[in-house]
Amino acid sequence: MKLIIAIIKPFKLEEVKTALSEVGVEGMTVTEVKGFGRQKGHTEIYRGSEYTVDFLPKVKIELVVSDELTGKVIEAVTRSAKTGKIGDGKIFVVPVEDAIRIRTEERGASAV
Amino acid sequence: MTLLCFVAGLHAQAPASAPTTDERLAALEAYINNADPGKSLTGVAGPGHNGWMMTSAALVLFMTLPGLALFYGGLVRRKNVLSVLGQCLGIAGLVTILWWAFGYSLVFGKSFGNSFLGGSEYFFLKGVTSAPNTDYAYWVSQNVFSMYQLMFAIITPALIIGAIAERMKFTTILAFVAVWMFVVYFPLAHMVWGITGFMNGVWNPSATIKAIDFAGGTVVHMSSGWSALVLCLILGPRLGFGKEKMAPHSMVLCMVGTGMLWVGWYGFNAGSAVAADGIAANAFTTTTIAAAVAAFVWGMIELMFRKHASILGFCSGAVAGLVVITPAAGFVTINGAVIIGILAAVVPYIFVTKVKAKFGYDDALDTFGVHAVGGTLGALVTGFLATSEVNGNLNTNLKAIVGSSLWLEQLKAIGLTLVISIVATILIAYALKAIIGLRPVPEVERQGLDINEHGEEGYVD
Repeated sequence: MKLIIAIIKPFKLEEVKTALSEVGVEGMTVTEVKGFGRQKGHTEIYRGSEYTVDFLPKVKIELVVSDELTGKVIEAVTRSAKTGKIGDGKIFVVPVEDAIRIRTEERGASAV
Repeated sequence: MTLLCFVAGLHAQAPASAPTTDERLAALEAYINNADPGKSLTGVAGPGHNGWMMTSAALVLFMTLPGLALFYGGLVRRKNVLSVLGQCLGIAGLVTILWWAFGYSLVFGKSFGNSFLGGSEYFFLKGVTSAPNTDYAYWVSQNVFSMYQLMFAIITPALIIGAIAERMKFTTILAFVAVWMFVVYFPLAHMVWGITGFMNGVWNPSATIKAIDFAGGTVVHMSSGWSALVLCLILGPRLGFGKEKMAPHSMVLCMVGTGMLWVGWYGFNAGSAVAADGIAANAFTTTTIAAAVAAFVWGMIELMFRKHASILGFCSGAVAGLVVITPAAGFVTINGAVIIGILAAVVPYIFVTKVKAKFGYDDALDTFGVHAVGGTLGALVTGFLATSEVNGNLNTNLKAIVGSSLWLEQLKAIGLTLVISIVATILIAYALKAIIGLRPVPEVERQGLDINEHGEEGYVD
């Protein structure tokens, strides 16, 4: 099992979700986050005052999938989240030791 | 007692003093022309004029609550949004009480026979009834007139809070306003609008300074704007000013407030004719033109020099246009209003972007840059653009100087307004600093005024 963490542009969330459903992903966790990478922030001007905004809004998607599905999921996120411009985001893949469905107490891949 | 009055009433209506048909007709014509009704129809308000003035009074209150409150409230950080609303509400209540007790009488009374302060005859609004006070309007109830003028007295000190936003104690603000009204506003309003006023060029033939101010360029915008600058200098900048981000927390609220100010300003300017007459119609038109031109020009300046026309730019331009047309609205032509609109965008733009940055004072929401600069500009420009073609009242006492040396009188009025506002604010601010202190402790300012001064939060997730 792998934990896949994808940080993407917020307006791409719907497309990514659709693409993930198409490859068979049945659940995910989504968080609105802020941060910066190479894109850096932007400048806002209010009358005479200029402010640099370092942290840009992004969406973080977290999902746990079986090892077989990992490649397809990475491909789906990359394809659907890409605009080709700076700030498209990142995908991190982390091994997962175990998973438990609380209701049934199932464990392992069948729990995700 | 009732019987006596009845008998007296009968006596008063004896055939000898009954108005003739011609007199009754003349009184009705006077209603249409907003003139003296003569023997007939005295002591009654004209429904149309009265209706417009009640509407105008409500519109001017709407400028403060919630127009200005939202315009300013949107521009502060979210931890201080309620403090601005609280200051506007507090001032609305406090000034109303002062106005009822002393203010109206000190501004519009004349028992002192003084050109700097009115009189004591209307203290506690005694005798202020639905009958008109013909010193100011033949057809508007005096109680309506007093409420209309009250709304100006409310918004003027409320404008000051823009410069000192986010860093002054609520109790000190109320104390400052209470004293400032007696030392600055009541005397100035009497000088400019009182029938025995020192600077009331239009109506007082013995005015020393023969200046004109249609709806409050000097009284409202200059007095509040210059006092605001002085107070913000004495107060010092907000903690973290120039280092931390102090961007508006809601440009949406700010824009909503701007729209309310613009709408309310029709009561402010067109209502200042104190009648639903042709002068009011002219003021309504020039107000629209100046506000729209200034909003557009400010936005376009930003588009040219900064590549973005900002919402705050459009809002600032609209308010600046409204400020600058205020003293001129009932005196200038439509073309005059276009010129005023352009100037209102260019000059305050330079002040809020260049001058403020150069000198580094923390006029938090640009009360000085927009209201003091705009009010001063408007007072001066009115001297050049006023014409009796638009307002025949300029022929009554000012025929000799309109179109020639009126601007010199305007300069004198500007000078006197500046001196009163600046000197009084310095004295009041330092006195309050010594007695009760101006600023909250740093922890309170850091955490926000809303929780600490008002015990509430503007946004609970």
